[in-house]
Amino acid sequence: MSIIENHTTCGSPLVESPKLTARNVGVFYGEKQAIFDVSLDIGSNEVIALIGPSGCGKSTFLRCLNRMNDTIDICSVTGKIELDNEDIYDPKVDVVPLRARVGMVFQKPNPFPKSIYDNIAYGPRIHGLAHSRVDLDEIVEKSLQRAGLWNEVKDRLHAPGTGLSGGQQQRLCIARTIAVDPEVILMDEPCSALDPIATAKIEELIDELRENYTIAIVTHSMQQAARVSQRTAYFHMGQLIEVNPTDQVFTTPEHSLTEAYITGRFG
Amino acid sequence: MNYSSLIIVVLILLGAGYLLGRNRARAIAGQGVKLHSLPTHYGALVALWTGLPPLLLLLLWALAEGPVVDHLLVAQLPEAVQQGSSADIQLAISKVHNLASAAGVGAVAELQPAVEHLVALESRANILHSGVVLSLALLGVAVTWRRVQPQLRARSEVEGIVRKLLFASSGIAVLTTLGILASVLFEAWMFFGKVSVFEFLFGTSWSPQIALRADQSGSSGSFGAVPLFAGTLLISAIAMFIAVPIGLMSAIYLSEYASPRVRSYAKPALEILAGIPTVVYGFFAALTVAPVIRSIGASWGLEVSSESALAAGLVMGVMIIPFVSSLSDDVINAVPQSLRDGSYGLGATRSETVRQVVIPAALPGIVGAVMLAVSRAIGETMIVAMAAGLAANLTLNPLDSVTTVTVQIVTLLVGDQEFDSPKTLAAFALGLVLFLVTLVLNYVALKIVQKYREQYD
Repeated sequence: MSIIENHTTCGSPLVESPKLTARNVGVFYGEKQAIFDVSLDIGSNEVIALIGPSGCGKSTFLRCLNRMNDTIDICSVTGKIELDNEDIYDPKVDVVPLRARVGMVFQKPNPFPKSIYDNIAYGPRIHGLAHSRVDLDEIVEKSLQRAGLWNEVKDRLHAPGTGLSGGQQQRLCIARTIAVDPEVILMDEPCSALDPIATAKIEELIDELRENYTIAIVTHSMQQAARVSQRTAYFHMGQLIEVNPTDQVFTTPEHSLTEAYITGRFG
Repeated sequence: MNYSSLIIVVLILLGAGYLLGRNRARAIAGQGVKLHSLPTHYGALVALWTGLPPLLLLLLWALAEGPVVDHLLVAQLPEAVQQGSSADIQLAISKVHNLASAAGVGAVAELQPAVEHLVALESRANILHSGVVLSLALLGVAVTWRRVQPQLRARSEVEGIVRKLLFASSGIAVLTTLGILASVLFEAWMFFGKVSVFEFLFGTSWSPQIALRADQSGSSGSFGAVPLFAGTLLISAIAMFIAVPIGLMSAIYLSEYASPRVRSYAKPALEILAGIPTVVYGFFAALTVAPVIRSIGASWGLEVSSESALAAGLVMGVMIIPFVSSLSDDVINAVPQSLRDGSYGLGATRSETVRQVVIPAALPGIVGAVMLAVSRAIGETMIVAMAAGLAANLTLNPLDSVTTVTVQIVTLLVGDQEFDSPKTLAAFALGLVLFLVTLVLNYVALKIVQKYREQYD
C-alpha cells in the first residue's frame, strides 16, 4: 500500500453552511508526513464518522480540529482549519477558549482522580462559567443528565470518578466535556475500551447529543459508524479517500479502497 | 595447599565436571535414547555437585579452624599461663601465633612447645582440609557423572539448586539486617540497664562525659536525649523546607515544561548534586555558608553562632534536592498522559493541568518521595558534624548551634572507648531510636507509594 498520486477525495467532502472546515490540511511529525492534503467540511448538528485502517491518520486529523496536536512538540500542521469561518491556527487564536468550544472525548476513559462532582466541575471552574455554588451544582446536574449518568450517580456525587465502571467513566468524560458547553465534540474511538452494553448506551447518547452539538467520531467499528453517523469519511495512508452519506458508503462505496476496507479485505 | 589455590583447583574440577556430564549426556543421546533434559543441564548438574559442597565445606572450615586450633593450643601453654585469666591466655596464644609466623625470631623458650605444636597442627590441618575438600569434589564428579541417565530430571534438579542458591543470597542480606538490629538492641538493652528509658527519652540535658578511671575528673554524665531529637528535627525541618519546594518545582519543570533537549542536560546536572560526597557538602557548609549567614546576621544585629543549625540545614536541603526531584519526577511521569490530554481537551492551561490534575494524581507518590527524603535528612551525619556544632543546646532558634543524634553517635564512639560505660552504650541507644524512626518513615513511604501504584495499573 502506498500513497496515491494526485488523489482527489471522492464523493461530497464539502457541505453547505459547515460548522468546521478543513482545507488542504497536512500534518507532519518532524520529517514524516502523516496527513496529506485533506479537505473536509463538518456540518452543524451532524455526526460524521472517520474510519480507516490503523495508522491511516484519522485520529491525527481529529486532534487537529481542537489543536490537541499542539501538545506534541514535533508536530506541525499546514493548510487551513476554520471554525465558524475563523481560522483556528491563526497566531491570535487562544487555544483555551477554542478547546472549550471544541471538546474532546478520548479512547480510554480518563476521569481525573477526583470526585464525580469535581470531574464535571473542572471545566466550568477553569473557564469561570459558574458564578455561584448553585450555578455550578446546576451545571453538574444538567451535564450528568445529558450524558445519561445522573440517575446512576446522583447519590454519590462525591465518590471518586475512578470508582465507576468503564462505561460509566466514559459517560462521565462525555458529561465533563458537555459541562463547558462546547459547539463541537470530537470523539476518538470512545467505545474501544468498553463492553457491548456500555457501547450501546454511548451510541444512544451520541444520537441524542446530535440535537445540540456537532460530533466527529473516529471509530474502528464499521457497525458503529453505520449506526451513529450521517456521513462517513474513509481515510487511507493519511489521505482522505472518500466522503459520502453513511448509507451510501456501506452499500455502494465509490472508491475501490473504501470497498476493500468495508468488505474486510484489510483493516 | 592454601585456600586460594584450593579454590582454583575446585573451580577447575567444576569446569571438568560440566564437560564430563554434558559429554556423557551427549553420548547417551547419540545412541538414539531420548533424554529428559538438554545435555547442558546434565553438565550443569554435575558441575554444581562438584563445586558447591567442597566450597561450602571450605567456608565452614575457614570459620572453624581458628577457634579449634586455639583450643588445642591451650594445653601446650606453660602451667602458669593456663592458670591465669582468659585475657592472659588470649595474649599468650596471639604471641604463639606471632612466633610461629616469624619463625625463629626472638624465640621464647617457655612458649616453644606451643609454637612447635601450632606449626605441626597447621600443617596437619592443611593436609586434612585439602584432602577432604578435593575428595569431596572428586566424589561429586564421580557420583553425579554416574547418575547421568536418560530418566534423570537434571533440569528440575538444577532449577531447584539455583533457587536455593538465590534464596541463600537474599537470606544473607536479611540476616545481616537482623544481626545489626540484634547487636544494637543488645547494647541498647545494656545501656537502659544503667540509665532509665524515661530519663533517656524525656531528659532535657545531654552531657555524656563521665570519668573512665577513678582518678579522672569528669561529671557523672546525663543522658537526656531530647536536645538531640530537637536538634535533629530542627535541622531536618530546615532541610525539608528547602528541598521539598525546590525539588518538587524542578521536578515539575523537568517533567512538564522542559523540552527534551533541556531535560537531557538538566536532569543529569541535577543528579550530579546527589553524587557529591557529604564531606564536601560539610566543608562547604562550614567554610562558606556559615560565615555568610553569620555576617548577614551581624549586619542585621542578630547574634549568630559560627556553627548554626541554619547553615547545616540549608546545605543539607541542597543535598536532598536531587533526591526529592528525581523521585517526584518519576511519579509525575507515571501519571498517565491521558489525564493531561483530558485536561488540555477541556481548555485547561499547562499550569492549571499541573496544579489541578497532575499534582493531585501524583500526590501519594510525592509524599512517599518526601518521606524517603526525610529519613535521609535524619540519618545525615557529616554536614551536621561539620557545620552545626557539637553543643547539645535545647533550642528552636536556627541561628544557634545544635547537635543531632547522628553527630552524637559519632562523637561518642570516636577515640579510645570503654565498651561497657554508659557513654559508649548511649550511642547504641541513639542508634536504635534512629533506626526505628527511619524504619517507620520508610515503611510509611513505601505503603503510600504502593497505594499510588495500585491506582493506575
